[in-house]
This record gives sequence, C-alpha cells and structure tokens, in this order.
Amino acid sequence: MNYTLFLGCNIPARVQQYHDAAKAVCEKLDISLTQIKEFMCCGYPVRNIDEFTFLLSAAKNLALAEQRQSDLMVLCKCCYGTLKMAEYHLRRNPRVLEKINLILAKEGLLFKGNIIIKHFLSVLHEDVGLERLKAAVKVKYKKLKIAASVGCHALRPARITGFDSPVSPTLLDDLVKLTGAKSIDWSKKSECCGAPLLGINDALSKSIMEKKLSNARESGADFIAVACPYSFLQFDTFQSKLAKEDTNFQTLGPVLYPQLLGLTMGIDSNTLGIDRHQINIQLLESYLSREN
Amino acid sequence: MIFDILFYSSLSICIIGICYKAFAWTTKSIGCQKDPNFPHRFSDLIKGLFSTLFSLKVFFLVQSFFIDVMFQGRILRTSMLRWVMHFLIFTGFLALVLMHAFDSVFTENFFPYYYSTVNPFFFLRNLFALMVLAGLGIAIYRRYYKPAFRLKNAGADLFAVLIILSIILSGILLEGMKMASVSEFTVMVEDYAGLDYEDEDTLALESYWVKEFALTSARVNLPVDKEVLVLGLELHENNCVDCHSPNKSAFMGYATARLLSPVAIFLDKINSVSILYYVHILVCFTGLALLPFSKMFHIVATPISLMTNAVYDKNSLEGENDLTRQIMELDACTHCSTCNLNCSAGMMYESVKNDYILPSEKIQILKKAVSKDSLSTEEYKALFQGLYLCTNCDRCTVVCPSGINLKSLWLSFRENFIQKNPEDHFILSTFSFVRGLNPLTIEKHAYNKPLAKSFDKVVQNFKEPESLTFGTMPKISDHTNEPGYDLPCSDTFVHCFGCQNCSTICPVVASYPEPEEVLTLLPHQIMYSLGLGFVGMAKGSAMIWNCLSCYLCQEHCPQNVAVCDILFQLKNKTFLNSEDKIL
Repeated sequence: MNYTLFLGCNIPARVQQYHDAAKAVCEKLDISLTQIKEFMCCGYPVRNIDEFTFLLSAAKNLALAEQRQSDLMVLCKCCYGTLKMAEYHLRRNPRVLEKINLILAKEGLLFKGNIIIKHFLSVLHEDVGLERLKAAVKVKYKKLKIAASVGCHALRPARITGFDSPVSPTLLDDLVKLTGAKSIDWSKKSECCGAPLLGINDALSKSIMEKKLSNARESGADFIAVACPYSFLQFDTFQSKLAKEDTNFQTLGPVLYPQLLGLTMGIDSNTLGIDRHQINIQLLESYLSREN
Repeated sequence: MIFDILFYSSLSICIIGICYKAFAWTTKSIGCQKDPNFPHRFSDLIKGLFSTLFSLKVFFLVQSFFIDVMFQGRILRTSMLRWVMHFLIFTGFLALVLMHAFDSVFTENFFPYYYSTVNPFFFLRNLFALMVLAGLGIAIYRRYYKPAFRLKNAGADLFAVLIILSIILSGILLEGMKMASVSEFTVMVEDYAGLDYEDEDTLALESYWVKEFALTSARVNLPVDKEVLVLGLELHENNCVDCHSPNKSAFMGYATARLLSPVAIFLDKINSVSILYYVHILVCFTGLALLPFSKMFHIVATPISLMTNAVYDKNSLEGENDLTRQIMELDACTHCSTCNLNCSAGMMYESVKNDYILPSEKIQILKKAVSKDSLSTEEYKALFQGLYLCTNCDRCTVVCPSGINLKSLWLSFRENFIQKNPEDHFILSTFSFVRGLNPLTIEKHAYNKPLAKSFDKVVQNFKEPESLTFGTMPKISDHTNEPGYDLPCSDTFVHCFGCQNCSTICPVVASYPEPEEVLTLLPHQIMYSLGLGFVGMAKGSAMIWNCLSCYLCQEHCPQNVAVCDILFQLKNKTFLNSEDKIL
C-alpha cells in the first residue's frame, strides 16, 4: 500500500514522536509512505481570517498530492477535517475553483478533485483492516483502560468528513480493542479537547479540557488515546503546564494511537517516542502481558 | 602613498563599521525580553562566550566551522546548484584576496619565488577570477534571468552582485590593458631585462611579444619576418622568461588584450593602465569600506550565526544572550529566500500579497525596524499581519542556510508587537495557538492582558448602538471585491426555525452560568440576527471568537443550518471590514 503522507505544521515542529510512531507502525504493516517537501499549511488556522485563503492553501496541498496519484494519508485531525472541507467546497464551487487554479497554475499545479483523503486511523481501520492488524499484534495489554478521544474536526460535519458515525463513533474503539486494552464508555468521547481556543481564551480552553479529562478519569481510564497533534499538545504540553502551576491538578496521560499499537507490535518504546512526552506515560508498557 | 591612504582609510571605515554593528548587537532591541541595556548584555555575552570556549562545546564550534562555514554544508542541503554558485564565489574570491590582494603578506612569505607574472600564480589568478565569474553568472541567472520561486530582489542584492562583478572585471581589464600596453613593455624591458628600448634587438623582442604576448605596438608591422621572430624568441628566453610566463596562461587577460588591440595604442597614450589601476583599487576599497553596511557583511555575521546556533540551546527562548543573538542573526540573513520556498504560509502570501508574510522579507523590515526604530503605519500593520500569519511550523529555521533561529525571532518580535498593540482581532484567531503553549514563558499578567483587552473591545463595541445597523437579508461571505465568490453554506441561516439545539449543545455556552454576559449572543441568536439582517450585531458578538469549531451545533441542527461555518464567515467579515484590513 502506498500513501502520500501529510504531516502539517505541528507534527514536525512539536510532535515528532507522532510521525516517528506512525512511520514505525506503517513499516510493520508494509505501508509505504511518500513525503512531499512542498506541502504547506492545510489552511486550518487561516480559515479564521479568510475563507478563500483557506481554500487556496488546502487546494495547493491537494493538487500536489494529486500529481503523485496516490491517496493522501493525514495524521492530524484538524488538517484532515480542513482538507476534506476544502475538497467538498471546491468540488461544488467551480467559480472559486477556477480562481484558485489560476493561482496554482503559476506553480504548474492544477486541482481536479480526483483524490482520496484519509486519516491515518481510517487507513488502519479500512485499508489495512482489523484482521491484519490483529495478526500484527504480538503482545497484548492486560487490564488497561483507554479513553478513546475521537477528535472533532475529523468527526464533524460528518457528511463532509465521512470519518465515523457522528452519533456513536466506534472506529478508534475498534482499534483500541485489538491491542487488548478496554475502550471505556464515556460521555465526552466525541467532544472538543479545547485546543482551538488555546491562546485565545485559555480559561475556557482549560475548563473544556478539564471536563473532558475528568470525565475520562471518572469513567476509569488509565490513559487517553488521541490521533491528532492539537489534542496531543493540549493534553500533554498544556496539561503539564497546568499541573506545574497547581500541584493538586490530576493529570491523565495522553497516548498517541500509533504508540499504543506500536508497543503491542513489539516496536521499541524509544522509537515510538514514549519517553518524549511531558506527562510521563512510561507506565503504559507495564500493562503489556505475554500471557495469552 | 595614495594606495596606502586609500587602503587604510577604507580599512578603518570597515573596522569602525564592524565595531558599530557588534555594538548594535548588544544594544538594539525589539523583542519582548527583559533588560535590554548595554552593560548587562555585554557582560552576559562575554560570560556566554567564555563558558562556551572553555567547555566541550568547543568541539561543536570547530565542527561547525569546518562543515557549516568552510564547506557550507547547509547550502548543499538546500540545492546543489546554489552550493556550486556560492562555493565558486567564496573560494575564488577568498583565494584572490589571499594570493593576489595580500600577496606581500601571504604569497611572498610562503613562496619566495613569487612573481605576479609567473606561473602558477599568473594562471591561478585568472582561474580564480573565472570561478568567481562563473558563480556570479549562476547568481545573476538565479536572481534576475530566471528568478527562483518566491525569490525577492532588493537593492542590497544587486549591490552585492555589482561590487564583486566590478572588482573582477576591472581586474581583468587592467591585466589585459597591461599586456597590450607598449609603455608597460618599455618599463619591463628597461627595468627588468636591462635592455635599451631604442635598440634594434629590442624591436625583435617587441615583435615576438606582439605575436605571442598580445602586445599592441605601432612600431611593429605585421606580419613579422620569421627571422625576426627567432631572434625575438632568443632575446625573450635570455631576458624575460624567468620572471614572465606566457601571457596565454593568464587566459582572460590575454583575451582582453587581444580584444583591446584595435584601440590599445590610443588607450596606452591616455595612460589607461594607471586609470584602470585606480578604478580597480577604488572598487576594491569601496567594497571593503562598505562591507559592514552592505549584504557582504554576511561574511562576518553568517559564520557567527552558524557557529552560535551550533552550540546554542535550540529550545531556549529566554537565555541571557537571546536578544543579542537575535539582533546579530538579522545581519546574518543573505536574503537567499530558501525560507520562502519552504514557508507554510506560502499560499497566504499568494492570496494576501503582503510581502512580510514571507520570512526573508520579514527579516528585511525587521532590520529596518531595529536600526531606525520607526516604521510607517502601513509598514507596521503589514509587518504585524506578516508576523501573525505564521503557523510556527519552524521549517524556515530548519532550512535556513545561515543557521538563523527564525522561529524564535518570529515569536519574540510578534510578542513585542502584541504587547504594544494589544487590541487586535488577530490575537483572537487560531494563529495564537503556539502563543498559548507559551514557549516564551511570558509573565501571566503580560500574557493575559492583550487577550483580555481584545475581548473587552469586542464586548464594548457590541454594546454600542452602531452595531445595530438594520440591513437587507445578507449574504455573509460575499467578498466585497469578489463577486461570485460565495459558498453555499453561507445563507443557510434562513432555514433556522428557532429550536435552539445549537445553543443547547454548545460546550462553550454550557461553560458559563450566564453565557450572554460573556458571549453577548448565543449561536441561535446569531442565526436570528442574521435572519433579521443585523449582520453588524452578529459579527460583533463575542461568541464568534469563543467558538471551538467543534461543529456540534451544525451536526445537530435539524434544519441543516451551517452554524459553525457561518461563525467562521462572520470572523472573516470582521477582518475584511476592519480598519486594519490589509487582506
């Protein structure tokens, strides 16, 4: 299987372990990834400022990927949602597309709209398939309870993103379960992590995050599983900052899904970057059990 | 005498200039860091230097000197062609400076038999000049003939190319003129060979030189007899060959002499050799004197930047020497535009057409801001926008051939602007995310103040009656200057039948006991307002800036109103219509 890998801005700069872990997992599953160094911002932040610029940024990336004629695999959920959203609008608005293609033509690019955009988790779930994943799992977790955090921008608006059921998403739960961990039921599973307001309204961002995390903790979670750099930075960097400020703050360690899966495939925890988190999650390894 | 005066005065200007620049590194400021005064920063700098020099970090300094500075590995990583270009100019010019310009200091000491007219030096001088010319050729091709993508040219770039080009070309011209000149020949014959110029034998030698050494003489009639040439060669071998290699080995000078031959006699009469000599040394000394004030200053600042960043803690954004380092790095920029090529905000630049979105141009204007400390209002606004429309992806820092820590420059300069200009909508956009991670560890009060002020301004404006302008049914996303640009979701608010699902499910609304106090309007009220034509009211609400964009509202709307998309478009409208708009 071949994919063009879209990393976005945050992963190379701040969450390299996500890239490392995803790469290691893909290697084990014989997924080959191509990177395009001309990729740039997906358009997510600039959507706040100007919609046309958002569509243009997304279109540039999509046109680059289209040139390579392989499906696009996106690691960030906000990038994924943004690219899907742009693709949706561009396909339905020929006049906007025409204008965008005029700008892209300066770089010898053209967006036609023949591209499949997939989030990393969908690639694992649909293209690799649960059976093959189960076969790749060598050691399973025992007595590990994971709160699977879905990620808003991949999930909604569902008719555009087509990632999972907006009412009762199960994709990440399926992926968590095959590692032997229990994916707990919790009410705030598909709610926002608070990251979009970090830097804007920190108090609100914090309270949204705390509500989500305490809901997960109260539902018995040992760790919270994410597959998005924004959620990760929120749960790791921001949470650890809050924990430093307030000693009574109870943390819940975030684990990136490929790290969770990677350990069961026998990938070394250093490769997966488990030691590179600000909130220590090294206890995760102790849940691995060679029985069964 | 004149040479010495010119040389020492331009050298003094150069040295004073370098000292001034180095002084500026420790005094100028624009970042948000504390304590920018001179004695502190200077002593911190000295402390930093000593603690580095007397530690194991010296190893990295040495490594960086060879790999980054001498070999220019970071340019090689960018592009092979550019590496070849820069390496040709760098090595060619350096070799000329050492072997030719400072021959009495270096070459004569290492090679006791050195004569500028003897091979290999005679040939090498031309080879080195050719290397520089070839490098300049690539540079001109890359900059002016077929500009690399998003490469910007400034006056400083043209000056750098022109000054080097003039140095080399005037040198070649001088050499060619010397070869063609009879007066030069006469001096050599009388002073070095000890022959009498009026002697008949000398005419034979002269004829030989006309034939073989590109001399142009009125005394010699072509074609020359074979016998005369044989005699000339004999005389040449007896008198000249020891300290004058064949002119053909100085191939560019030789070609120039041949080209000059139709006018050489006239040029010789007007004393062109001296004129060209002064032209040559004057351009050289102009280059030397202006070095600290031109782009060529990168030959000082860039190695310092490369070596500093080889030992500097990359994650430290608040070390004692940060500000000093950042001001120094502004000088290390060669305006090569590698950063622009890789900038994540590239399409924002294409759409907005604000040059200061591009990293290389930001550096240019920041240099100006640092040295003059005043920008025009337009420049200031454009720079602020340029600093804000950055996703902090750090790619510019990774690729910069001068090793400049651009990410820290952007963050600290932006913070300074935020503190000076605390009421701006930009700060309420997702571009503030990295500021929220607070890598600069700004004090809590200073961090919160601009945000609080911006929100206060939003709420304040909302309370003022002007925002209640009643209008016709609006199309939210109509770009005033872009007819036909209209996404279908923008007018779905007309379908709203008032079930309030959006506000009920909104996690932001649920976060406040009295949400209207903070958010001014709830999502369903925004949809109502739009339905009534109160666009000003809708876009003035604080709700739109507090939206998480989680899309729960939109997903749960029974009428398929694109609630969240509309909130985005209202934000867009604010930027589009705001006084500060550059978009």
